[in-house]
This record gives sequence, structure tokens and C-alpha cells, in this order.
Amino acid sequence: MTAKIQTVDKPDVALSVRGLTVKLPKGMERAHAVENISFDLHRGQILCVIGESGSGKSVTANTIMGILPKAIDITGGSIQLEGREIVGMGPEALRSLRGRVVSMIFQDPLSALNPLMTVGAQIDEAMQAHGVGTSTSRRERGIELLTEVGLPDPELMYHQYPFRLSGGQRQRVMIAMALALEPTILIADEPTTALDVTTQAQILELIREIQRRKGMSVLFITHDFGVVAEIADEVVVMEKGHVVEQGSASAVLTEPTHPYTQRLIAAVPHLTGVDRVALQTENTDPILKVEGLVKTYHSGSRIFGTHRVVPAVRNVSLELAPGQTLGVVGESGSGKSSLGRLLVKLMDADGGKILFDGTDIAPLHEAKFRPLRQKVQMIFQDPFASLNPRMTIGRILTVGPVAHGMAVAKARDEARALLDHVGLDSRAFDRYPHEFSGGQRQRIGIARALMFKPKLLIADEAVSALDVSIQAQILQLLDRIQRETGVSMIFITHDLRVASQICDRIAVMQKGQVVEQGPPSQIFLDPQSAYTRELVAAIPGEQPASSGPVAVDF
Amino acid sequence: MTALSASQSPTHWWQSRVVKRFLSHRLALLGLLMIGLLTLACVVGPYLLPYDSLFIDLRARFAAPFTGDHYLGTDPLGRDLAVRLLMAGRISLLVGFFAMVLSILVGMLVGVVGGYRGGWVNTVLMRTVDGFLSFPTIFLLLALAAALQPSPVMITVIIAVTSWMEVARIVEAEVRSLKEREFVLAGRMLGLSGAHIMFREILPNVMGPIIVAATLTVARAILLEAYISFLGFGIQPPLPSWGNMLNGAQQYLDSAPWLAIIPGVAITIAVSSFNFIGDGLRDAFDVRNDSF
Repeated sequence: MTAKIQTVDKPDVALSVRGLTVKLPKGMERAHAVENISFDLHRGQILCVIGESGSGKSVTANTIMGILPKAIDITGGSIQLEGREIVGMGPEALRSLRGRVVSMIFQDPLSALNPLMTVGAQIDEAMQAHGVGTSTSRRERGIELLTEVGLPDPELMYHQYPFRLSGGQRQRVMIAMALALEPTILIADEPTTALDVTTQAQILELIREIQRRKGMSVLFITHDFGVVAEIADEVVVMEKGHVVEQGSASAVLTEPTHPYTQRLIAAVPHLTGVDRVALQTENTDPILKVEGLVKTYHSGSRIFGTHRVVPAVRNVSLELAPGQTLGVVGESGSGKSSLGRLLVKLMDADGGKILFDGTDIAPLHEAKFRPLRQKVQMIFQDPFASLNPRMTIGRILTVGPVAHGMAVAKARDEARALLDHVGLDSRAFDRYPHEFSGGQRQRIGIARALMFKPKLLIADEAVSALDVSIQAQILQLLDRIQRETGVSMIFITHDLRVASQICDRIAVMQKGQVVEQGPPSQIFLDPQSAYTRELVAAIPGEQPASSGPVAVDF
Repeated sequence: MTALSASQSPTHWWQSRVVKRFLSHRLALLGLLMIGLLTLACVVGPYLLPYDSLFIDLRARFAAPFTGDHYLGTDPLGRDLAVRLLMAGRISLLVGFFAMVLSILVGMLVGVVGGYRGGWVNTVLMRTVDGFLSFPTIFLLLALAAALQPSPVMITVIIAVTSWMEVARIVEAEVRSLKEREFVLAGRMLGLSGAHIMFREILPNVMGPIIVAATLTVARAILLEAYISFLGFGIQPPLPSWGNMLNGAQQYLDSAPWLAIIPGVAITIAVSSFNFIGDGLRDAFDVRNDSF
């Protein structure tokens, strides 16, 4: 295992990628997943590879790990791990490098862990596969690792199954597994994307700390410039399979040279802390007034003693003025999505009132509520699941109004006009959802919600699944629509930065309760509750206390 | 600002993809070809052959195939075997086809309603399915066929009664997972009625598995019809069916084996062809392994 002497590499380069080209199978939207990319990961540094979906950043990571799908081939270039060329290396030799020299953590810690094995067994397996240690020494090492990644009660944790762990704890387990063989290089593929913002902050902190302590080199793949600002030493920006810019984090973040980088950075939502100029309406009576709303989930069976009660929404009261946007923010499990579904009556509340335009809709039966449905519409989170794949866009848009008695020809005309209005070609009318990108589909979802000219729009994580540049466009679209039509909006999101862009007021939810309500300036600059403070502090890449001149006013 | 730009694929690419995958399945193509030929022969053949299926020619009893005027020989009453085979094919294929249509309709209805409504409706419907499944099919078939007047229509109904449960289960499972998708929630948000959501939003998304189940059900129904007719409870002579032709042939197995072989081959071809088509469709519709 003697490393060849490399003339091109400086000794402090842990990973060097030169002219790497990876071909995609025929019939994909472009010929190469990545084309002629080069970058160096220096020893003891964190290199962030940033790009939007489809930029080839994950393919790059998988190529370095040697875990590309069979249909995708490396057609050129070289990858040197600690001075060893791995392009063209046999599978056995590669396997021995994986884990020992380079290790990887994945985006989704649930699917990356084997649900049928205990945490301890999986860490043990990683070491056993490389013939390290005896079973006793491996066990000790496993518990040591679990301690190291900050898991509470490591002895107990060692015997737990993944499903008993929270998302953040699972990601810690993944990190422990990746560290098991003391690799010199760690590849992290969007390791915090699936996590809540406070958990994300903890995991970023953990990665940074371990990297410093062990002097590891980290290749960190992300789409979030906030994360880059938080953690990166060096940055590589990728667009459609090409590296468009690279340099030190401070240089790229403050003085981006490539237009794509500039655009990406400009699109990143920032905490504004400045209140939005509210739309003035002649009628200022609240369009929606929620009083003491309660929803409790029951699961399992009373008979078999597996009955569980989960309070999703606990005594929530809100008010929304016409033409305004109320943001509902919170982490997963805070009850914000349940609240959204209660308001559109996709679920029935257990108690409390929902006064919509003065009428309490909470106790109404479906048949009584149906005429009112047209006034309350929803935009869904997942642009891929929310459109029926077997229907044309035209059908998707017109089916609702037609069911409520609108003439087909009129509905079609309105649908075409709306498509144009939301920034789509009216030729989209006869196409199927799969022909559109995520952002375009979300525009279709918005058009569908607008077909009835609703008074209240509920957007449930409407931009969470989108790239930042697309996110910004959709937010602009929603803002424009609100200013044109005077529709009131409830904007449910886990991302405080996004909420700060579009909301007049924000309600922070935790464990089913609203812990704080107020204008963005209060929430972000002068949070009253401890939880809000924690949330605001956890936002990656922001220092809210010092951000912006408006802070002086408070 | 962002006008819709290129769409890289033809409008129906998932469809053409399905078709392409089906066409690359050799056995399925062969099956389709065989069924096509068989159907064509059964529809047109009897008009082209010079004999009536009930015409008795006592001088030409037990004529062997490819001897004399009768292409496939004659049966113990001197009836032309070729024309009887094709007339029997009409009955057997029709019974198979309509038994499939009936069981798909019932299974689909039960599956969609049970899967979408959930709760006690689902419990009642699915336990009924379990109840039907817990009867030994053949026993039920024979008991029903013995109790009721065995006409082709009745046989069709009886076969359908014993084979809709599988479809119901497949559809119910699919619908249960589909109803959690956001497009179904969107339908409710738009104020669409339950029936509209079930049959016009969800059902088109379940057509793949249903079509696969349909082809396999045809094969099964043809086999079941042959089975009960062979035992003498099915289609009654003089009306020919592949099953009762076998029934009539069993006592002459030594002296005139072609009497059993010819309808036997017809059943084998029909059943295996439908199974091949079903396999091919199942592979073709299996988009889950495909990048969507």
C-alpha cells in the first residue's frame, strides 16, 4: 500500500479531482452528469460543494465513494484519495478504502440506517467488515463513538433500534458509523437538509467540532448558502454539471464573480426583520378568526392497550386580516400542517371555532361546507404528488370549477388566462404534470387554488421542496397575486427566512401551541419566548442580533 | 418571467414507455399474437368450414385428423372436430372474457370504495372478501353449478363470483396508498364529491394493476370453465366448449386420442397466452423501478 509519489499534488491535499467527467445514460436531459470538473480538498478543511438540484453535486460525491449506479460511467479524469488514484480501481481495492480512508453520511438518516438492526450492531458491522478489533473492543469503540457524537446515554443507545431515535439522533448515529474506522476524509451529502433548523444547527456544530478535533477533511454537499456561510472553508459552486466558481468561503460569499453564483446568493432568503408594507383594504374585519382550536390524534386500539393519544393542535387562536399574510412557523411535529388541514377542513377539529368571514366553519358537515370550499383554497407542499399524474393540466385546473357548476368552456378560458398569469405558457393546458419542473408544477398548483378566486389561501410548505432561485420566484408570484387580488394568506413553513420575506405577522408554533405571535420585526429582532429565540439563533448563516439597521429602532 | 420552456418528451411518454417495454417482452408478444389468431379463427373459421357443428355424419365416425374431408377428424357421432373446436372456442373465450369483465367490475368497486372510505366500510368489504376467499373455489363452483341451471351466462356469473376477490384486494391496497397523496387532498379541497375522487381521480392511477389482473383473470376463467365442463357441471352438450369436448373424449383416449389432444392444446394455448400477456403487462406497468 505504498502511495505513488504525485508530482501534481501538494502534500496537504487529501482529495484531488481533476477533469472528472461522468456520463449519463442516453435519453436523460443532458449527456454528462458532471463534465470536466476539478477541485482540491485540503487536509483539515471543509469544502462545500453547492448547487441546485440537478447540478451534479451528489453524483460527484457518489463517484468519489465509488457507489455510482451501474448505468452511469466515469468517462474521463482522475480522482486521487490521499495520493491514490481511484478511477479504474478494482471493486475490492475500493471497498477497502471506503470506511477506512473515506466515509459518507447521507441526507436521509432514516433510510440510510437498517431498521431491523440495533444502532450498536450497525456500528459493529462497519468495523467488522474491515476486520477491525475483537467483538469486545468493537463494542467499547461503538459506545465511545456514540459518546463522541453527543448522544445521551450511549450504553442504552447502543441497543436501540433506529425507529426509536429522532431525526437528529439518527444523523448522529450515521456520523458515528462514518467515524468508526477513523477515516481521513468525510463526505457529507446534504446531511442536514431533512432536519429541523435547531437540529441542523446542532449537527453542523458537531461536524465542525469533530473535524477540528480529528483534523479530518470534509467534503460537504449542500444547496443552502446559509449552511455554507456557517461551516465552509472553501466553496465549489456547481451548475448543470460544471464547476462555475471556486474559492475561499469568504471570497465566494462576499464577492461572487460568476453570474450564477451571484444569482444564487441573491436568491437566498434573508431574515429581513423589516415589516412588510401591508396591503390596505377598506374592510378590516378579520377574514379568519380561530379560537381555541383543538385536534388530537388517536392511534392504536383501546382494546389491545396500544391506544396512543397525540395532541396535534392545542388551543390555538389566530386572527388574519383581509389582504394580509400570516406565517405559521415551527419545526416538524409542531402541529403547523395539522392546523393548515383543519382550516381547509381536510380534517375535522375536536374543539374550538374557525370563524371564516363571520361563519363558524368548524362544526359544518362536508355537504354544508362545500359551497364555502371555493373561498378557502390550499397550495400543497409536494409539487410532484399534488397533481394527478394521469390528468392534463387543463383537467386539473377545470375539474373543481366544473364540479361546482361552471360551464366547461368558461372554465377552460379562465384556466388558460390563469396559466398565463402564474407565468406559464398557455400551451401547458394540454400537457401532463410530469413534463414540468418542480417550480412549474408549483405554479400549476397555485393556479388551481386561484381558479375559484378564493378569499383565503393556505400555503402548506409551498416552497420547501424547491431550489432557492425557484423559491424566490414563487414567493414573488404569491406576493404579486396577493397585491392584485387582495387574497388573505396563511403561509405555513419551517423556514423562518422564507417566512420573514412574505409575512405580515408570524405565529410560532411548538408542540401544538402558538408560543408567540407578532410582526416579523418582533419575532426576529426581539423574540419574546425562549423557543423563538432558539429558532432564530439556529438559522444558518445569519446573525440576527446584528443584522440590518432596523435593529436600532427596538 | 419564466415562460414554460422545453418539454423534452412526447406528450404521452409514460404510455409509449409502457408500450415499448411491453413490445420488448417476446413471450407477451407471442401470447398476443396467439390470442389474436385464436379469436380470429373462432370468429371467422366456422363460416369458412363446410360443416355445421351439430351436423352428424354417422358414416364418418372417429375419422382421424388429416384424413378425408375432415381436417381435424370427427368425434364419436361423426361431427366435424375442427368446426366444433372453433365453436367451442367462441363459448370458452366468451365465458372467460365476460367472467373477467364481471369480476373486474365487482372487484374494482369493492376495492376502490373499501380503500378510499376506510373505517368500518373497509372492514365490512374486506372481511367479505376474506369470507369468499375462505371457500374452496372448486367446491363452490361445483355446488353452484349443480344447484343452478348451467347455461353459459350462469357459468360466467358463477366463475366471476369465485374470482373477483383478488382484484378487490389489489385495488384496495393501491387505493389506500394513493389516497394519502396530495392530489387526492387537492380534490377534496376543490370540493369534489367522494365518487368523483374515487372513480375519476384515483381509479385512472390504478388501471395498470387492474389490466394485469384482468388478463390473468381471463386465463383463470377459461381454465375454470374447462374444469367444470369437463366434470359435466358446466356447458351442456350439444353446445360445445373446450371443457365438455374433453369430457366426451375421455372414454376414447386409447382409440381416438386426438379427441382429447386437440381441445387440450387449444386450452393450453389460450391460457398460457393470456398468462404471457399478463406477465408482459406487469413488467411494462412496473414504473416503480423506473426514474419517474
